[in-house]
Amino acid sequence: MIRFDNVSKSYPKQNRPALRDVSLEIEKGEFVFLVGSSGSGKSTFLRLLLREERASHGQVHVLGKDLARISNWKVPQMRRQLGTVFQDFRLLPNKTVAQNVAFALEVIGKPRGEIRKAVPQVLELVGLGGKEERMPGELSGGEQQRVAIARAFVNRPLLLIADEPTGNLDPQTSVGIMKLLDRINRTGTTVIMATHDQQIVDQMRKRVIELEQGRLVRDQSRGVYGYQH
Amino acid sequence: MRAQFVLSEIGVGLRRNLTMTFAVIVSVALSLALFGGSLLMREQVSTMKGYWYDKVNVSIFLCNKIDAESDPACAKGVATDEQKKQIKADLQKMPVVQSVQFETADEAYKHYKEQFGKSPIAGSLTPDQMQESFRVKLKDPSKYAVISSAFSQRPGVQVVQDQKTLLENLFNLLNGMNYAALGVMALMLVVALMLIVNTVRVSAFSRRRETGIMRLVGASSFYIQIPFIMEAAFAGLLGAGFACVLLVGGQYFLVNNWLAHHIDVIQFIGWDAVLAKLPLVLAIGLLMPALAAFAALRKYLKV
Repeated sequence: MIRFDNVSKSYPKQNRPALRDVSLEIEKGEFVFLVGSSGSGKSTFLRLLLREERASHGQVHVLGKDLARISNWKVPQMRRQLGTVFQDFRLLPNKTVAQNVAFALEVIGKPRGEIRKAVPQVLELVGLGGKEERMPGELSGGEQQRVAIARAFVNRPLLLIADEPTGNLDPQTSVGIMKLLDRINRTGTTVIMATHDQQIVDQMRKRVIELEQGRLVRDQSRGVYGYQH
Repeated sequence: MRAQFVLSEIGVGLRRNLTMTFAVIVSVALSLALFGGSLLMREQVSTMKGYWYDKVNVSIFLCNKIDAESDPACAKGVATDEQKKQIKADLQKMPVVQSVQFETADEAYKHYKEQFGKSPIAGSLTPDQMQESFRVKLKDPSKYAVISSAFSQRPGVQVVQDQKTLLENLFNLLNGMNYAALGVMALMLVVALMLIVNTVRVSAFSRRRETGIMRLVGASSFYIQIPFIMEAAFAGLLGAGFACVLLVGGQYFLVNNWLAHHIDVIQFIGWDAVLAKLPLVLAIGLLMPALAAFAALRKYLKV
């Protein structure tokens, strides 16, 4: 599903590379936590997956494709198979819940009939049935994140990338979001989640990948957040 | 491609930048109206120049039957073949003359038809009413007087006419106005383009949330860019529409209802000339802003 072969990434004007010689493999259907302090390279890792950035050295394979070899105009096609969720939700404030989710399908040219079917279905799945016509501003943080997850998942991606999805939420709400991500994972979708939330990582006992100053320092199945905290 | 979605995005974008859109429309309208006006002015000038204007310097009109009866200069009667031959031979001998052409009455009639075909006088005219003439090109156009003094008193010659003195001042004025119009048009065009670039920048910034999400969910760059380009194209088309209204209005009020009534010796350009320019004006109004927006997007929108 995902393979990093000796991947390094340096940004111009920064002497320290953001990622250094990272090699790892993630299988289809896995649930992976990506941990590490700020600046450890988590964001760069995720940006490489989305091909927002290209690796300086080494190869990144996502969904069986070498991202260095995908031409620019084919990148959108590749991204349609990925779903992305962020800490700050990134919803459109002037669209309703249903419109926000539908937006993701409209802009990739899905026929209207399909959208009309898929949107209520996915909103039901994330537990927002009945809130289709609400505006994001009227929802709690947890509900907003559910809308964002619904938007990321509505096109049934093979891989869901979550960048600190619980970063803005209280512990109880976070648990709800984790349950939802777990349920999505059980449908066969690979989930990669970058997080700082120790409690969640320790509870879920999933595979943990830890980065430190751009290096892969730990790759542990059924792991915890960290040894020395 | 979901047309309805794109259309609603364009509507939102245009409303959000209402003042800027308005500025784009006005500047495009003015620049294209000046562009169209200058094209029409050029056409007007070439209509007025007629067949011979750019080809010769001096015309020697010969007496025909009608002149022989009415014009004192032709009191000696219609120009004979002998006289014509003599004039031609003398002309060709003169060192200032570069070339001589003889225009028969039939040819004169044909050229007249071409120039004044639409005016009511032309309808009543027949070829035998036209004058024969020698059309002379000089090596030095200022030497008109040489020809004039040599031929104006000859039997069979009605009048020797310097082509340029008749209309040159008017044409100089029109040409000057034409260049001024083109200069102002170029300025307005630059203003319009800068406004479009700025509009695109503002609207790319105010829609960065949407475009960011579009990128993430895998919308093609064409899909992301098309609302911006269509916005500019729509504003440009609206501006071009106004430019067309100005041109048609100018033709109707200024030319047909005013100039044509006050100056009847000139054949003015007609509706066909004006209407022929409108598609060009509309096409430029549509394409130019779209291209400007596309170029601006490369800079201000990451796709």
